[in-house]
Amino acid sequence: MGVIKISNLYKIYDESKIPVKAVNGIDLTICQGEFTAIVGPSGSGKTTFLNMVGGLDKPTKGEIKIDNIDIGDLPPRKLIDYRLNNIGFVFQAYNLIPVLTALENVAFIMQLQRKGKKERNKIARELLETVGIGDKLDRRPGDLSGGQQQRVSVARALASKPKFILADEPTANLDSKSTNELLDLMLKMNKELDTTFIFSTHDQRVMDKARRIITIDDGKVTSDVRKNGSK
Amino acid sequence: METLFKIAWRGLWRNKRRTLITTTSVFLAVFLALFMRSIQIGSYELMIDSAVTEAGHLQVHDSGFWESKSINDSFIYSESLKNKIEGAENVKTVIPKLETFALGSYGEMTKGFMLQGIIPELEDLRKNISDKLVEGRFLNTNDDGIVLAEGLAKFFKIGVNDTIVLIGQGYQGISAVGIFPVVGIIKYPIPKLNNFITYMSLSKVQEVFAPYHPGLVSTIVIDLKSDKNLKTEAKEINSLLGSKYEVIPWTIMLAEVVQQIEGDNVGGLIMLAILYLIVTFGIFGTILMMTMERRKEFAVMVAVGMHRGKLAIVVCIETLMIGLMGVVSGILASLPLLQYLYRNPIPLKGEAAKMMLEFNIEPIMPFSLELFIFSNQGVTILILAFITALYPIIYVNRFKILKAMRS
Ligand SMILES: Nc1ncnc2c1ncn2[C@@H]1O[C@H](COP(=O)(O)OP(=O)(O)O)[C@@H](O)[C@H]1O
Repeated sequence: MGVIKISNLYKIYDESKIPVKAVNGIDLTICQGEFTAIVGPSGSGKTTFLNMVGGLDKPTKGEIKIDNIDIGDLPPRKLIDYRLNNIGFVFQAYNLIPVLTALENVAFIMQLQRKGKKERNKIARELLETVGIGDKLDRRPGDLSGGQQQRVSVARALASKPKFILADEPTANLDSKSTNELLDLMLKMNKELDTTFIFSTHDQRVMDKARRIITIDDGKVTSDVRKNGSK
Repeated sequence: METLFKIAWRGLWRNKRRTLITTTSVFLAVFLALFMRSIQIGSYELMIDSAVTEAGHLQVHDSGFWESKSINDSFIYSESLKNKIEGAENVKTVIPKLETFALGSYGEMTKGFMLQGIIPELEDLRKNISDKLVEGRFLNTNDDGIVLAEGLAKFFKIGVNDTIVLIGQGYQGISAVGIFPVVGIIKYPIPKLNNFITYMSLSKVQEVFAPYHPGLVSTIVIDLKSDKNLKTEAKEINSLLGSKYEVIPWTIMLAEVVQQIEGDNVGGLIMLAILYLIVTFGIFGTILMMTMERRKEFAVMVAVGMHRGKLAIVVCIETLMIGLMGVVSGILASLPLLQYLYRNPIPLKGEAAKMMLEFNIEPIMPFSLELFIFSNQGVTILILAFITALYPIIYVNRFKILKAMRS
């Protein structure tokens, strides 16, 4: 399934006694297979929002239910397993493990899931071929370009067969060619695997490709537009 | 596990120079520690060896003898007494002797010395006295002759086949006088012994010093199969013999040797502690840096689903590897050197030699190859490395993902 239901979500930072309402009451439902962009000016709360949905940060108030499980109720160890099996992460700074090769980076996730060595290497190889890194399996991240690293990290995010993938500004460090390639790749995965993608951006080209655009300002949703042809 | 090991191992070599420097510091510490301990333990072994050779593991005396050192506090060595002692499980050999002071006279010279009445064959087996012969022969059973230490022979200007006059006080006040041919001269490396020791057969000494009390001895020397529990062993044998007798372990008879060893050992251990403290801080510095540098990586790993416990294993492996590499290389490097020195101990000269001679020890610098010296260093370093690893282990179990990710 993979339905995310967010209700009455708040995150208030209490810095030096002047509270910052980074997320200020958000209600949203995101369905299986959506390809959604979260947009808004810098400081509007996009990262804070995505971190809470990804279980990396705790809401001050409100709940995030994924397939009817309130992830705020999960104890720390369960939450780690939950992230492992249900959420794929793509970071702005790629954040691959520098001492592992491209193949090992992708296989690593499946090893955490206790998949057998043969199986995980096979799937990792296939995924890397799909994202166009099939000829650079044994390179370490330091020997790959930014665009290549980000494609490896998409493969890593897909490796656990997650319900959805969260990407915070995935193209911010990429040139326009790599940006286009990455978006096409994400769209393709979205179509082929029916994986839900939620990503934040303030890049117009990225917004153009999104099927649903949710605009956040000052921690509140100001508009939520579904384009034609989307589910 | 394989991947965790891979991450740890490759993590170590990301900064090759730093890891090499840290490992080298462990290597040097282990090498130095092994060298130092090998000498120390080696010299303790030598000291203990010569002490035990001289005194035996245990000695049985009449209960007053240790205080008075007088021939009057002697006792009769009987078959039944011997059987009682041999009844104790751990006893290897039981050898009686009659020790007393005597005055020797030859030509114009007169001098007091220690006369040991021994069973020549048995005593020679224990102490290899005949190896020390420089002239003449060693004693036979019921020998009439006397063997002098070389220092005494020089003092008297006496040689083999000359005869020496002995005067002493025998058992219960009788006067003991006799004239005996010198049959052999032995050389002790230790001046104190070389100027003080003479040997005669037990039967002859008994005949001269206790003609009316056949079988009189001052001492029974006991060698044990294992020297693990000297004190309990002494107590056990004492209880077999009764309170007329006193069983004393060499560690009490030669307490100054034990004290010397203990004092020196404490000094050595303090040196080791300082050495290891420095090395531990070295390892800690490296581990601290490795942890700080990778805060973000650690955060990402936990974010994508790695349990903190697994991360703790990674940092633990890293720290232990530094220790292990240092320990193994240190042992491998020192082993051939120590083996060589074990076979060819360094002879000592000057002050150090004098000091050792004062403690009745041959002046060489012996090395020991006891397994525990190596295992102790190895285990110590690994424990210290593990203690060092507590810092990153605690860190990876506590850090806040988002805060670490921003670092
Ligand atoms: N750890 C934090 N402590 C205090 N304030 C924070 C923290 N993280 C973010 N903020 C504040 O919350 C607001 C939203 O930030 P963020 O979610 O990063 O926005 P965006 O991703 O849209 O740029 C900003 O005003 C920011 O300064």
